[in-house]
Amino acid sequence: MFYLCLKPLLSRDKPTRDKSSTLLTPEGQSPSGQEVIVQEKTEENVMATGELNINHYPARRAAQVVQHYLNTRYGSPYRLLQLHKVHRGNAEDVADSGRKYELEISVQELNGNTTDKCSAEILFPRGEQQRSPQVQASCEEPLKINTKAQEEALYQQYKMNSGLLSAQHLPDSYGHIEPDMKPFWHLSIVAASFVMLNESSENTLYNMAQVANITQLATENDQLKFDSHILLHEMVSQEIIHWKLLFTWSPPDGVKVLQMEQLPHRHEGEKPLNTN
Amino acid sequence: LIHSLVESLESTQGYDYSKYHSMDEIYRWMEDVKQGNPELVSSAVYGHTYEERNITLLKLGLENPEGREKKVIWVDCGIHAREWIAPAFCQWFVKEIVNSYKTNKKLEQMLQNLDIYVTPVINVDGYIFTWANDSTRLWRKSRSTPPPGSSCYGVDLNRNFNANWGTVGVSFDSCANTYCGKSPGSEPEAQAVMDFVGKMVNQTLCFLTIHSAGQLILLPYGHPEISAPNYDELVSVGEAAAAKMKKVHGMGYTVGTSPQILYPNSGSSRDWARLIGIPFSYTFELRDKGEFSHLLPEEQIQPACEEAYAGALSIITYVHEKTFNSGTLPNASVFGVAIMIWSSVMAVSLTTGVMV
Repeated sequence: MFYLCLKPLLSRDKPTRDKSSTLLTPEGQSPSGQEVIVQEKTEENVMATGELNINHYPARRAAQVVQHYLNTRYGSPYRLLQLHKVHRGNAEDVADSGRKYELEISVQELNGNTTDKCSAEILFPRGEQQRSPQVQASCEEPLKINTKAQEEALYQQYKMNSGLLSAQHLPDSYGHIEPDMKPFWHLSIVAASFVMLNESSENTLYNMAQVANITQLATENDQLKFDSHILLHEMVSQEIIHWKLLFTWSPPDGVKVLQMEQLPHRHEGEKPLNTN
Repeated sequence: LIHSLVESLESTQGYDYSKYHSMDEIYRWMEDVKQGNPELVSSAVYGHTYEERNITLLKLGLENPEGREKKVIWVDCGIHAREWIAPAFCQWFVKEIVNSYKTNKKLEQMLQNLDIYVTPVINVDGYIFTWANDSTRLWRKSRSTPPPGSSCYGVDLNRNFNANWGTVGVSFDSCANTYCGKSPGSEPEAQAVMDFVGKMVNQTLCFLTIHSAGQLILLPYGHPEISAPNYDELVSVGEAAAAKMKKVHGMGYTVGTSPQILYPNSGSSRDWARLIGIPFSYTFELRDKGEFSHLLPEEQIQPACEEAYAGALSIITYVHEKTFNSGTLPNASVFGVAIMIWSSVMAVSLTTGVMV
């Protein structure tokens, strides 16, 4: 009788992780009697396969790729989509191709207080170096908020080549952006999304950190044209990566990136690069 | 009482907690808070940065009426220079306690049992560097000079602690942002924490290290193959904190180990604290989730700090109750209560000879 009562209580001493093995202390540590449980590598620690934990990083990273993809397709100075939640995720190896993720996520629109559901498939290619992920995604209502009027007004205002836009540090060190610069911050995020999409892998998580510089060039073929220097933040390496982007925008055509060029990591002690 | 209440309010009220402050302002603020609240606040310089600046903490605590030994809570901010919301939170945290302890009986009781050590900025050199000009704002590491053969400054202090140092999630390239230094504790900032906290390890109940961004509550360990023995409790206490945080402004914080929800890493202060035996050790990654990342707008300082305060207080209250008021445990320790009930039932049945 006593034994039956004891057993369930004692088993809770062990962590509920599977395959825990010998208790040992990491090398070089003197943890003063501290017990440390070392577990054998489970599949989750190697590469997530099958049904994914929606809170763990593999699903999150894949979902971020979908966010970048959606912004390249739907983004504008007044429309940005941000990942809200991962609802479901699944990953599997595809022989000779790579790894395929299937996700159900919800995204939130800028200035929107509702979320939209999206289904997506992401293929991270294997084998050759640095091939971009391939994404297919569809959302229920991606263009819910009507931004046509604002986009048209902005376009007309800047189409005439008098007083071309030039701005630096969006946001500034205090996180501040002047209200009339916000659309160009959004536009830069859209352009940056092309780079972030291209550069993404299962081992990265990209966000745009800042627009160092954005300069409007002469309007060409009815497209507003911009030269920009943007800073990306890559979460896993914690690096800030500099890119130069030449891109165009118009309300009917959206954002098109003409040229993208990664700028080398500048170290102090080296002469500053002439980026003109 | 009124006079000292006014004095303490003055020293904290004139200061704008919803703005980011330079290191000079923070040093001055620490002096002011200490002078304005001598019965609660004292300070200590416990180390020096690479560029020989003071690493200063504020110690918040009240005299214990029975003269009992105080237990310790550790809170540090600003290991990573660009994470400005973290030092802003440490200042907010001190302000909240200073402004409420005289009228909050529970807080007063906790301060009689606990000393809370708060370091607003650990990586002083790095923080000052991020204020130098527009191009330095996103600096992360310390400002130690380049090793031989390199032109790159700084070490990632949160990879330099003596906890599975150099094993995972680090770089040995001095130019990399996760460069772990040349050996564990090679950096004076990390060594200062290890020396100071190391001396108080037996009294330390809780170690909170504040970062941004990502909205995460990370528990030990950063190594994917190592679990803390109290993993379940760390999770439930973390989840309780995240629930409290969400109640404030609706923001979600995800709870888990770094290898689960972020990335594997080694040499973090959180891991070091757990490894030397401090039972509750967490990294808070504050707002946001990528829109602004480290450049969090000043208008978000107040809401970010309000929710972080709720989370930190939730954990501090839990460890306090567990240590001092274990008759009234919150639900994370139902197991402990069950053991107590069961063993007292057993004791009764053994003495009376009654079959259970």
